[in-house]
Amino acid sequence: MAAPRKPPHRQLPGPIQWMRDNLFSSVFNSILTLVSLLAIYQLAVPFISWAILDAAWTGSDREACLPYENGACWPYIIERSGQIVYGFYDEAERWRVDIVFLLLGAGLAWLMVPRLPSKTAVGVAMLTLFPVTAFVLLVGGAGLPAVPVERWGGLMLTLVVAVTGIAVSLPLGILLALGRRSELPVVRSLSIAFIELWRGVPLITVLFMAANMLPLFMPGGMTINKLLGALIAVALFSSAYMAEVVRGGLQAVGKGQYEAAAALGLGYWRATIFVILPQALRLCLPNIVGNFIGLMKDTSLVSIIGFLDLLGIIQSGNADPHWATPNTAMTGYVFLGFVFWTICFGMSRYARYLEVRLHSGEAR
Amino acid sequence: MTSKPQPHDAVQIISLNKWFKTFHVLRDINLSVANGERVVICGPSGSGKSTLIRCINGLEAHEEGRIIVEGAELLGDEAHIQAVRANVGMVFQQFNLFPHLTVLENCTLAPLWVRKLPKKDAEALAMQYLERVRIPEQANKYPGQLSGGQQQRVAIARALTMQPRIMLFDEPTSALDPEMIKEVLETMVELAGTGMTMLVVTHEMGFAKTVADRIVFMDAGEIVEVAPPDEFFTNPKHPRTKEFLGQILR
Repeated sequence: MAAPRKPPHRQLPGPIQWMRDNLFSSVFNSILTLVSLLAIYQLAVPFISWAILDAAWTGSDREACLPYENGACWPYIIERSGQIVYGFYDEAERWRVDIVFLLLGAGLAWLMVPRLPSKTAVGVAMLTLFPVTAFVLLVGGAGLPAVPVERWGGLMLTLVVAVTGIAVSLPLGILLALGRRSELPVVRSLSIAFIELWRGVPLITVLFMAANMLPLFMPGGMTINKLLGALIAVALFSSAYMAEVVRGGLQAVGKGQYEAAAALGLGYWRATIFVILPQALRLCLPNIVGNFIGLMKDTSLVSIIGFLDLLGIIQSGNADPHWATPNTAMTGYVFLGFVFWTICFGMSRYARYLEVRLHSGEAR
Repeated sequence: MTSKPQPHDAVQIISLNKWFKTFHVLRDINLSVANGERVVICGPSGSGKSTLIRCINGLEAHEEGRIIVEGAELLGDEAHIQAVRANVGMVFQQFNLFPHLTVLENCTLAPLWVRKLPKKDAEALAMQYLERVRIPEQANKYPGQLSGGQQQRVAIARALTMQPRIMLFDEPTSALDPEMIKEVLETMVELAGTGMTMLVVTHEMGFAKTVADRIVFMDAGEIVEVAPPDEFFTNPKHPRTKEFLGQILR
């Protein structure tokens, strides 16, 4: 028997060879390479010099930034960091927000690191105990002084809206998707009506209605918390989109899987939970995360109905005469973009990692 | 042509009719299968043989007639269907293993959640049947990592973990590469040796000859002829049976 052969050794190309293969393999590709390099140079160099080299870094008011005519005004962000994170949440009570951040971060990290045990218990706690704890801590009660939602703002408010939206939209979206595929006509019609109603209306319209019109419909004397209205609007709105994403996944699971589960005696719910959903959700994971990212960014629309979320707090800061310089607004928006990008890119990378991990076991 | 239903029969099918929209797929089917009997159903494609066995565990609903499995009648409601499915295992042409679960998890899912066995017992049971189909060493792999023949044997083990009294096979070797057909047929022959009641839709005439007690020949939604293998292969009565045998036996 012949000895098993190894694949032939492949010479790794040197840097010159690599550039020739990848950047200058033809006249057209060489032109593309040069044009791209020029474009990167034209954009990146001015940006880096504006954001770092020519930027003001220390100071306590506009005077510190005025001399740096072509640079960012970072002291503005630094001085306002408290507001950017907490809005106008009472300074003495901000530790409560910190605890919520900490619990959220720790819970998510626990769920995301594969080595840690008891994922189910932590997951259930995150969906049940955490919301209650967070609510009490943020709103007040149980001995803690109340902090009215009018004072909430910044990153904290953005995360409240986004996390609520995400936590509600996934389970509700799954139920709506199942409802839309149900054989029961009433369930199916109601699901379709719900999904199509919310998908047909712009989020901004929904938010205006939640903020301005809902109170008009409420019976006399009953007021609805404006933030609660916005939270419900965002959650229901994104549930409708989530439902369609999940439905796509459900449709991609073969008929044979339903039949095999049925033949084994698994009823509808057990077949759905153990056989169909795990496969469907895995199939549409990239789209689910895409929805989460979209939702995260859509939260900035609540600034239009008067909330000082990340966008709102930056905009209000930009208008502060104490910090009025030609670069203040630009600095604020660049920082805002960076914060959003960091969060969304993190979600995107985690989803990619999860996808690879979930598929490694069953690779064919 | 068809025997009269007996009280001890595993499956009784009485005047069964089924339509797909307006297409009449099953026409007045009468068939009884005794306990421990092995019945092979054959016939040209589109003759309704798969539909017939899919009716027996309620994967397809029937419009007319009665199906009684181990004394439980298949009526339209969920409870009756579940009662029948508790006694009936099924093996599919495309295996239909659950790709996101390991071989062992495929085999413990129903024992855990339908029979409500404790995890330890369910796993012991699953391993017992995986040993019987001779792939206990693959227990922790995913279906996608196995060959077609191994997957189909896992599918047989998975169905057996529910300890059914009747096993339905819907063209179990039709999706397999030729060199894998043998291992699956051998597993089925062994199963037949245990006295399991089996209804097998297949084109494997060798299997039919050696294992079947009776062969049911279907064409155009009807049962054309039912006979023991000796008689079926050497002395078919009906011209359509003769024509079919002429085509497949060459």
